[in-house]
Order: sequence, then C-alpha cells, then structure tokens
Amino acid sequence: MSDVVEKTLTALPSLLSLDSQPGSAKLSSSSKLGNLIRGITELTSKHEEEKLIQRELLLIKEQVSSPNTTMRQMKELMVRAIYCEMLGYGVSFSYIHAIKLAQQGNVLEKRVGYLAVSLFLNEGHELLLLLVNTVLKDLQSTNLIEVCMALTVVSQMFPKDMIPAILPLVEEKLNHPKEIIRRKAVLALYKFYLIAPNQVQHIHNKFRKALCDKDPGVMSASLHIYLQLIQENPEGYKDLAPSFVTILKQVVAGKLPMDFNYHSVPAPWLQIHLLRILSLLGKSDQSTSEIMYEILDESLRRAEMNHNITYAILYECVKCVYTIHPKSDLLEKAAKCIGNFVLSPKINLKYLGLKALTYVVQQDPKLALQHQMTIIECLDHPDLIIKRETLELLFRITNEQNVTVIVEKMLDFLQINKDDHTTIDLVGKVAELAEKYAPDNEWFIETMNTVFSVGGDLLQPDIPNSFLKLLSEGFDSVEEDKKLRLFAVNSYVSLLEGGPSKLPQRFLQVICWVLGEFSHLREDLEPDVVLRMLAKLLDMKSSSSETKCWVLMAMTKLCSGGAALALVQDVSETYSSSLDTMLRQRAQELQILSQDSKLQAKVLPRSASMEPVEVDSSLSFLDGFVSEALAAGAAPYKPPHQRQEELSRSKALNMEPYGLSLPIGMSSCSVTDRQSPTLLSISSGLSGDSADFSHKGSSAALKLDGVKRLWGRDGYLAKKEAAEEAPQVEAASPVRSPSQRGDTDGSVSQTPTPECDQEKQQLASSLFVGLATQSSVCLMGKSEPTSQRFRRKPKASGGSEPMSNPLASPSDGADNVLPQNLLDSSDLDVSSPEQTHGLPQDPDTPNGSCTAEEESADPMAEPSAHEDLDRSRDSCLSSHLPAELSALSHSEITSLCSNQSLDVSACHVQREDSVVLVVFVSNRSDFCLQQMRLQVQSEELEVSCASDCPSEELKSHSVAVCQYLLTVQRPSVHFDLSATVSWQLPAGSPQTAPFSYKLPLTGFIRALRLSTEEYGAMWLAYSHDTKLNLTLMDDDQDPLAATLHVLKRKLQLHVVEIIGVEAIVACCLQQDQPCLMHCRVHAGMLAVWLRSPVPDLPDCLLYHCQRALQEP
Amino acid sequence: MFIFMLLFSRQGKLRLQKWYVPLSDKEKKKITRELVQTVLARKPKMCSFLEWRDLKVVYKRYASLYFCCAIEDQDNELITLEIIHRYVELLDKYFGSVCELDIIFNFEKAYFILDEFLLGGEAQETSKKNVLKAIEQADLLQETKRSILKSII
Repeated sequence: MSDVVEKTLTALPSLLSLDSQPGSAKLSSSSKLGNLIRGITELTSKHEEEKLIQRELLLIKEQVSSPNTTMRQMKELMVRAIYCEMLGYGVSFSYIHAIKLAQQGNVLEKRVGYLAVSLFLNEGHELLLLLVNTVLKDLQSTNLIEVCMALTVVSQMFPKDMIPAILPLVEEKLNHPKEIIRRKAVLALYKFYLIAPNQVQHIHNKFRKALCDKDPGVMSASLHIYLQLIQENPEGYKDLAPSFVTILKQVVAGKLPMDFNYHSVPAPWLQIHLLRILSLLGKSDQSTSEIMYEILDESLRRAEMNHNITYAILYECVKCVYTIHPKSDLLEKAAKCIGNFVLSPKINLKYLGLKALTYVVQQDPKLALQHQMTIIECLDHPDLIIKRETLELLFRITNEQNVTVIVEKMLDFLQINKDDHTTIDLVGKVAELAEKYAPDNEWFIETMNTVFSVGGDLLQPDIPNSFLKLLSEGFDSVEEDKKLRLFAVNSYVSLLEGGPSKLPQRFLQVICWVLGEFSHLREDLEPDVVLRMLAKLLDMKSSSSETKCWVLMAMTKLCSGGAALALVQDVSETYSSSLDTMLRQRAQELQILSQDSKLQAKVLPRSASMEPVEVDSSLSFLDGFVSEALAAGAAPYKPPHQRQEELSRSKALNMEPYGLSLPIGMSSCSVTDRQSPTLLSISSGLSGDSADFSHKGSSAALKLDGVKRLWGRDGYLAKKEAAEEAPQVEAASPVRSPSQRGDTDGSVSQTPTPECDQEKQQLASSLFVGLATQSSVCLMGKSEPTSQRFRRKPKASGGSEPMSNPLASPSDGADNVLPQNLLDSSDLDVSSPEQTHGLPQDPDTPNGSCTAEEESADPMAEPSAHEDLDRSRDSCLSSHLPAELSALSHSEITSLCSNQSLDVSACHVQREDSVVLVVFVSNRSDFCLQQMRLQVQSEELEVSCASDCPSEELKSHSVAVCQYLLTVQRPSVHFDLSATVSWQLPAGSPQTAPFSYKLPLTGFIRALRLSTEEYGAMWLAYSHDTKLNLTLMDDDQDPLAATLHVLKRKLQLHVVEIIGVEAIVACCLQQDQPCLMHCRVHAGMLAVWLRSPVPDLPDCLLYHCQRALQEP
Repeated sequence: MFIFMLLFSRQGKLRLQKWYVPLSDKEKKKITRELVQTVLARKPKMCSFLEWRDLKVVYKRYASLYFCCAIEDQDNELITLEIIHRYVELLDKYFGSVCELDIIFNFEKAYFILDEFLLGGEAQETSKKNVLKAIEQADLLQETKRSILKSII
C-alpha cells in the first residue's frame, strides 16, 4: 500500500498546500492525509474504520480549537475534515473554523476555507451569516482570484436575507473587464433570482446586457437566467425570440471560437439551452414558432455525426419541434429521428427514443403503431428501466380495446419490481386506467383487488378513497351500480373466507367498508355471517388498530339484525377498555347502537352513503361550554402560530428571521404529489416547473366532498404518510384469477421461436388496437369523460383538472411588476433614452451631480442675482404649483441648479396616498429654450412621470412645471434623486446640467388608524423588528404623552392606545406597508420596539424618531 | 440543473459529493447509500439513465469510478453524460491520465475543477481551455507565493 502513496506523491509534486513551508514539513504533513487514507484502506471492518476516524476527529478537533494552530495547518486540517465528512462522519465542530479560514487565510488557505464552507453548509445554515463580511471584503479585493472565489461561493449558497448587502457589488462585477468575473457574477445573480426573485427584479435590464456580452461564456451564462424567466412567463419574452434564433444560427454555423467546440460540434451546451428556450417561446404561438422553423430544420440536418453529443442536440430538437406550433415537414423529420433512436442498438438511445415516443404519442398516436414491434421487444427487455419506460408509453395509448392487455403487462411488471417508488406510481396508473376503461365489473373489481394487494400500504390514499367514492356514488344506471357493488361484496366475502391474513391493511379497510355498506345487497348472506368474518379480522395479530376501527364501524352498520348480539357485545366490551382512544370510541358506538336499532337506523341510514353529512364546522354547539369555561377562569384559546410566537418571544435569543428563510416550498409541494411521495421532491420544488407539477399533482388532491364521515377522519392521512417507509408488502397477488395468470404465461415466452414471433404479432395487435382511430386514444389528462366506463359524477371529475400551482403563482406575480416598457422594446439596446423608469444609472448621465448646498457656492452663478432670486423664489414659484397640489402642504422650494440660462427648483408635496415631486424649470435667458427635457431617477424610489413638462420649448422668463409620482421600492433613511436637465439654445449645442434632490423617509409615512385588536393580530404576523431606547421629552406631568405628541406631530404617527407606562403606535409607508411601534417607559428612557413586514423599515423609522426627539 | 453529483468506487466508497440543493445530512446519507446500491447492482450493458424515486439519474463508469448525477426532469440526459465526460477530460488533462488514486489524494483539487466547471448546478464554462486556465491561475498564485517566500527565507 505504501507504493500507492508513493505513486501519488511522485505523480503530483504540488500535492496539497504545504508548499509554502520548505523541507521536511512538507512530507510529514502531506502524509497526514495520506496516512489517514492509507490507514482506512488497510482496515477490514466498518467497526475499525469507525474507531480510527473517531480518533482522527478527536485529533482534528483538538488542533482546530488550539490557538497556536496556524492558518496553514488549519487548511490541512480542513482537508482532513472534508475527507472524514465524505466518509459519513459528523464534523460540525469544524464548520466555524472553515469560515474562519476563509476569513483570515491567505489566498490559498482561503480557497480551501471557501471549499470547506461550500461542502459543509447548505444555504439555510445559520453560520453562513458569518461569511457575509468575508464575501463582502473579497468582492472588493483587487486580487481577481479572491473575487472569483467569493463569487463562486455566492453562486452556490448565500443567506437569502443578506442578498441586499452584496447585491450592488455583484452587479458592479457585470461590468468587469475580465470575462470570468462577469460570467460568475451572472451566475451569482441567477442564484439570487432562484432563491429570492424579488431582490433582483430591478436589474432585469442588466441581464439583457449580459445576453449581449461579447464573450460567449458570459452570454451562455445569462441563458440560465432567461430559461428560468421564460419558464415562468413566456409571454414577457417573446420579443427576444428573434435574438435567440440569431444566436443559435451563429452557433450552428460555427461562428464561436474553437474552444467552445466539443468533439467538433460547436457549443452543444449552448445549442441545447437555446433549443429549450425556443420551445418554451414557441409553444402554442404560431407567429413565434414560424421564425424558428428554418434553424430547427438546419439543426436537424446538421446533426449527422454518430456521437452522443449530436444525439443530445437531435433529441432536444425533436422535443422542440413537437412542442412548438406544428409544421408538417419538420414533424416528419423529427418522427424519422425518433425512429432512429428507437431502432438504435445503443441502449441509451433506445431509452430516449421511447421517452420521445411517450412524449409525442399524445400528438401522433400513429407513430407508436410504426414502431410496435420494437415496443413489444422493449417490453421484454432485461433492463427494468427500459421496460418501465415502455409501460409508460403504453399507458399513454390505452383505450377501451387494449386496456386489459396493457393493465396485465403493468401488473406483471409490478410482480418483479422491487422499487417502492415505481410501485406506487404504477399502481396509481393501473387504478386510473381501470377506472377509465374497465370493460366489465368483474375485471374492474379484480384489477382493483390486485392494485390493493400489490400496492399494499404504500398506496397513495387517494386510490382507495376514489374507489370507495366511485362505489358509493354510483353511475348513471341504478341497476349497474347494484351489480358492481354486489360483485364487490361477493369478491370480498370469498377473499375473507380464503384467509385474510396476507392482505394489506389498507385493503382490509376497503373490504370492511364495502361489506358494512353493501353486504345487505346479497340476499343469501346473513349479516351474522359477515359479522363473524369481521370479528375474525379483529383477532388477527397483523391487524393495526386503525383497521380494527374500520372493522368496528362496519360491525356497527351490520349489527341491527340482532342474531349475533352476543358476539357484538363481546367485541365491544373487549375494545371499550382499549388504550387507543379511537378504538374505544368505536367500541362505545357499537355498544350503544347495537342495543338501539331505531337510533342505529337514524344515525347510519342504509343505502344513503352518498348523502353528504352536515358538519357544523364552527362547533357552535360548544359555545355554551366555552363561555362557561372562560367564566370559570380558563385561558382563552390561542391559535398555534400565536402560541409559537409567544414561545419564541420568551426565549432569550430571537431566532425568528432565520427560521423564515428556510425553503418552505420543498415540504409543501411533495405531500400531495402522487408522483413523489418520498421526501425527494426537490426537483419539483426548486425548479418551479409549473406545468409539469400541476399536471402530476392534479389527481392527487384528496377529494373529501360527499364522502362519508368515516373516511374523512382526521389524522388518517398523516398516518399513511408516515407509513411510507414500511417494508414493501409481498408482491404476490393472491386475488388474480388463475385464468388471467395462465394468459400471461402463454403470451410472453423467452425463446425466439417462430411461434414466439407469431405471439408477438398477436400481442402487438392486441396492444395497438384502436390506435388507428385517433378519437379513442387516451391522452393523459385529456381524455373525454364520455369514453370512460366508470364515469364519475361531475363534481368528482372536476378534481382532475390541473390545479393552479401554488409554487408558480408568487413568481408570476413578481414578473407582473417588472417595468413593462423594458420588455416591449424590440431591440436589445439597454440604454435607450426613454427608459427612465427606475432604471439606475443611465450611461449618458454624468455621475458627479451636485447637491443644492454645493450649488449655492458655485462660482459660475452670479451671487447677487442668486440672492435676490432666493428671497422671492418661494412665493413666486409656489404660485406655479398646480391647482390640485397648492392646497396641500409642500416642503420648502429649494433651488437645485442654476446657470445663465435656467434655474431648477423643486419641492415635494405630500398627498393623502402618495408623494409628488414638483420640479420648476425657469428660463432666465432672453431666448426660447428648445428641446428641454428632464430625467429623474433614484435607486430606492420608483419615479413615474405624473405630468411631464407641457412642451419641449420654454419661452423666455417663463416657468415649466413637471410632476413626478414617487413610490418607495426600498425603505431608506433618505432618498436621493439624481436628475439631469437638458436643453438647447436657439443657436447653440445641446447642454445638460445634473442636479440632485434629497427627501427624507418621513415624507412617505402616514398615520395608520387601527384598533388595539387589529394591532395585536398584525404585531404577531410581522418578522422584521428593531429595538432601541430613546430619550424621553422633559415634561413633569406625563413624559410619555409629551414624547408621543412630538412623534405624532413630526412623523404623523397614530397613537393607538396608551395604557399606563406603555403605548402602542402605528403608521404605514405608502398605505400598504405598515410599521408598528411599541413604547414603554423604563428607567427614564423610552424603550421602543418596532415591527414591520418590510425589511429595513423599522430601522429607518427609528432613525427619524430619534431625530424628531433630539431636535427642538 | 444538477441536483447532485456523486463519485464512488466499484466497492461503493464515496470519493466526491457535491450537492446543489439544500438537504439535511440525513437525507444526503440516505440518498447516497441507496443510489450507490442501485447503480452498483446494474449490469454493464444496461441503460445509463435511471428513474430513481422522482429523480432522473445519469451515471457512467470510468475504470473503477462511477460518476453519477441527478438532474431535473426537463434536463437532457445525453448532454449530462457528456458533462460527466467533459469533467473526466478535465481531470485527465489536469492530473495527466487521471486514476482513482489521484482523486482520492487530491479530492480538493477535483472539487476546485468541478466548481470551475459547474457552478450552482449549471454548466458554467464549457471550454476546456478556459476551465484549466482558471485553475492554473489559482495554482500559479501558489507557485509565485512560494517562490517569494523562498526568496525571503
């Protein structure tokens, strides 16, 4: 083994990082990792390994926390810690040291530090907050490598709440001269977009700039963002389609540098990305699709080489051709392509061919016919993955004529399949097909029996749920219903007689319900017989207490006869002392109802199972009880979130803001999705792929309306979810009829004899029957209700409509607020002069704008004239205020900029619901100013033009008034507006002058009138908070009231209530962004606690409170 | 987007793991254990793509190492195979005919290359030259630093 180490050492002289120390240290410390690895490989048992690693970890732990450990040693320790972690041992003690290493080490040590951080922590980890400063520092570093490292770590993980802190720095990097930095910055912004889309809303125009970057790497990085944006809102980016087509054309024609070639195919990654974007843009949009036909044709033609990479492009092309608005000759070519895939001897291509077929068979069922023999072959393929994909394809082409054969194939597969996830999925599909196309009652019930016994307790609860619903609600004909129910009863009686011990719990529950409800339909069957059968289930060891509940409920329905009263009494007595409360209740019910047949008939009326039970959901009958309890001094009920809140408040550390940043989407999306009952729903959770998700999830929602009480019991679903990890139930299906099994054995034979071929032909004809007549093809989710045999009643079938996707909606909303004018501009020019809507930094704008104070000291201005103007300005200009604003209070009119030809002043007016900036431009010259334009913008405010200057011409010594509506985008203590005015003298070149205006947050604050109750509810709902002690006003009588009075007068706060030394105060920022304040007099100070749903608002407001109280 | 990437040996020993979605350690361990088992049980002539749980998994074996990636539903399987291949090419170029031992003893280097190639689960730079240039620059820094140090000493 030592020669192994030696080999590595000689082959890699620059091993590890111990190089900065010369000589012997290098060897000894490099062999530390080497020794560890060698030590592990020499061990024979897992136990020994564990011992060795624990020893190693103790050593590392001791060294990392020692103050004498240098950063260089720390780096080596981290590498070892990473290694131990990879082996599956916890190294959480080293996390903080990894952060320290990234913070304090030199470039090389930092690199390992960052790597360790990115491997150890994930984006929800609270320690990550400690990295923010390091990242900030490195982003500002002059060393490119450090900037790269910071961007790399940011693109992998960053605390969502801290994005605003580094966003400006990352944005800045988009203009960096080095393309690697620009590229990483684009990917970092992509990451930000994924975790917090609203944080990067305002830089969508920069994405466009990245798309136009001269470096292909940066451009292709920006495609990640566009793919995501377009997935969420294809309508908003239609104007980019021609640009994407052009890029693709250039790529396909090989215009990119040779570096981007991969096996002599030009930039395949880029091609595939573009094809995916195009297919999203062209989906059900003829005009957009038309511009891509040419390049798609070209791509299909060019990809000829026999290499995986060309197949990858072809596959994406085919998908695109079938997604966009159809064009016949392209479809033909794509179909041929699919054929090549399916017929390929390479198994990977065959698999993709099947996948493509599955995808297109919805549009073109005849394509499946062409390849029917290949499909039949794949059905017997030794690789289960291929087999499984073939079944998926068959599932899509099922109709009434071939349903029995296809379901049989699926059930065969289920017998050999060992993967729980596949079982659940396939069982659900079988149930779906059986419900839709069952040829007769017998087949339906038997198939469902198999579904229940194979699916066992892994089964998604909606399958038994909808099955029972179907039985109880019935169909159009009463006669048919009766037959089906009777058949079910017969089938279940024989199952119970045959030995129920092997049946899964879920199936037993179904049986119990059906027997309880419908066994009376069979006239020769005495209730006593059924009762005895059911009682046997109670005695089985394997029966869960839940199943026992079902048994007892079924007994309750059947016990009215009276003959088996002794048995019933016996049972109810046994279970009325059970420890399980549910069971005890059922036993009590059974006892009481069995003795009172009138009551029983009233509570459980026969054959009325479909009548909805009226539920008093407000529990009004308990009102008396509650008020009595309250009167007796009981604590009032608090909803869970309130309790949680109070609990967390009582803790010393308030960890609340971090708690909220956890990815909530993940857990919520997986629970109801039939396709992903395991915890592994990450893909759907993160991608936000709305179409796919809603489609899959549509059938999984629990349909509780109209179902009897016993089905909708609380806690049932939760229990089933928890049971998902239970070992798989024996796959053998005891309930399939022998004849069916015989068929299977006969039809599929392994040896390829002529007979076999003939059988295959037969199989083919039975599988693909009905495909030629297109109308009867079942397209998933699109099938016509009339073609289903077991048609559910309308209200039930409504449940299979695609639901609105909860994940997609918020982001849709976010897209709507994008500045629309940006998206409408047809060219990619980022800096067209019209776009002033909140876009920061127009390249034309000079940065060095001067403030009003500086301006007054401007040597260029004529001092005397200036002073004169100052005195008269206010009265003179205020007469120019528009009529609707003149009645309102306005701030002092300040001069912002003046020169020989014009003079700019401004003030802001507070309206009830908004703030208006009024800019006065007075022409001081004797000439008429032409092409006069104003541009106003701000980082934190959205500036929209309320009324622009009346004309571009300004007559001599006249005043133009422009109004701008200001909306806060991000709270800040002060808002800076930067603006330029441009004009032209009759005989002169255009001139511009910059100016700026500053207004405080208080201008946007309005009183919020609330009741104390409303205040209480809102207080608990908000997460951003700040606390501070303020000085009280000097007032002998009531310092609190005096202080509040000042705040009320200066900041327009609304005092909700004053109770003793405490007061609650409310205000809001622009009507819809409340901020609540809680004040308490404590030790001569005013302890203030502010809360708001808007980040930063409490901090900014607090600043102004402080100012208001300090100023006289 | 990539969901995760695992490198493991024929004996099922994990050699590299990179997760692009936040998962708890317990989940990671469970997935790793089960997926490694599933992949190792497959025969050489079988399909490189798996539908495993609700993930799409693409794997490929190079000598004694399995490279295994989980991708999102709409991602292209074949291009993922080629991404794996490109990564192997990069390792090969950097280490000079790479073998499993290179990766075992220099796993942090393998991570650096991976981060330069795939960032946040997306292919960042597909040009082989550029990836290696970036890595070499960072490595070079180490060389120059060392020489400066040496000259000081």
